[in-house]
Amino acid sequence: MDTAVTTESEGTTWGGGNQPLNASYGKMMMWFFIVSDALTFSGFLVSYGFSRFKFIETWPIADEVFTHVPFFHGNYPMIYVAFMTFILIMSSVTMVLAVDAGHKMKKNKVIWYMFATIIGGAIFVGSQAWEWATFIKGDFGALETKGGRVLQFVKADTGERAALADFATALPEDRIKHESKNGIWYQEEGYQTSFSLNEVITGFKANPGILIRTETINEDGEKTLLTREQSLDRLSDAVRVVEGANLIRNEYGSRLFADFFFFITGFHGFHVFSGVVINIIIFFNIILGTYERRGHYEMVEKVGLYWHFVDLVWVFVFTFFYLV
Amino acid sequence: MAHAHKLRIFRWAGGKTFKSNTVKIWWVLGFLSLVTAVEVILGIFKPEVLTKNYFVGMKLLNWIFIILTLVKAYYIAWDFMHLRDEKSALRRAIVWTPIFLVSYLVFILLYEADYIYNIFKNGFFAWDF
Repeated sequence: MDTAVTTESEGTTWGGGNQPLNASYGKMMMWFFIVSDALTFSGFLVSYGFSRFKFIETWPIADEVFTHVPFFHGNYPMIYVAFMTFILIMSSVTMVLAVDAGHKMKKNKVIWYMFATIIGGAIFVGSQAWEWATFIKGDFGALETKGGRVLQFVKADTGERAALADFATALPEDRIKHESKNGIWYQEEGYQTSFSLNEVITGFKANPGILIRTETINEDGEKTLLTREQSLDRLSDAVRVVEGANLIRNEYGSRLFADFFFFITGFHGFHVFSGVVINIIIFFNIILGTYERRGHYEMVEKVGLYWHFVDLVWVFVFTFFYLV
Repeated sequence: MAHAHKLRIFRWAGGKTFKSNTVKIWWVLGFLSLVTAVEVILGIFKPEVLTKNYFVGMKLLNWIFIILTLVKAYYIAWDFMHLRDEKSALRRAIVWTPIFLVSYLVFILLYEADYIYNIFKNGFFAWDF
């Protein structure tokens, strides 16, 4: 039987060569990638939300965790991340301007705007690294209990946080860190804290002006402060000293907070890094005149889409890690 | 050229037609910076009216943050990623797919998280020791 029926319309609408979405193959695929990557990031952020809602009463307060600004001493929550956000939005703007100049075939303008975009991206990645380093190093130090809860210290008179060095007593119990070159080969200790548990406990008992703060958030949205008696009682649960944050322990509170912080900002930072690398490749292609010869700057537009996407993700990371 | 830009934006505020794409971009930058500044100021001062009052189990302040984030996301996607200038079919395919999937994911995971929170709180389960 004759099943292949040809009609007139096949030649025009369905005959191929049409672009119903008015986007080239490369641009469509970039959008395809962006949508799937957006779903990946959503998965990460929602699982962060899951863990947070699960421990809603004990989750660390971001304003107390990220308080530092490079070259400045003191307590400035959010200022630095706000700066990072601005840098990333700014580099998005120079990217849009590069795309715009590309549409007008102005090669030199595209070069300079791409250059500015790369610089912005590099500043952002550098800031991210600094933020990580500060977070890993830690602020005040804390104790961890048998159940994995974190006990932090507060000065009773001022209500400010007390660092371990403020009250811990140095005891004659120096132990040398075991390194791989000594004793059994290829075995070494992890990091060693600057004070032992014993030194912190002795110092705490000798200083009546120090109180313990638990992870639990009270009705005022602040961490619960124990009385001196409760503090001494709670101190007996402590099993180790924690300084800074890593994937296993975290002086700021819930360990999951540090895990998600490293994972999500790390994954985003990796996107920014690869974005900078791709931008550099495109940058050199522009200088070499590749797109001038090709007759259009669509590659700049495509890499631009990726770059804006990275900015878009940061807007969400900023909200869910630093603001909410 | 095929790159016709729609230059009338901010329609919620009466609308503003820009004379070129470049000018529009700088205005969008100004707007995004303003929104970020508002977020940071609210985050530093935390007005009590917004932190003491709740709506659907979340502080008003957090609702404001999330809404402002979505506003920023809208302008990044619409003007920086120039979705505003794309065909509506492409725009809808890109935008509604994640919105639909992510809304479901958010609902199911946060609902389950709240359930586990209640188990930790009310069940005979020791975790604070």
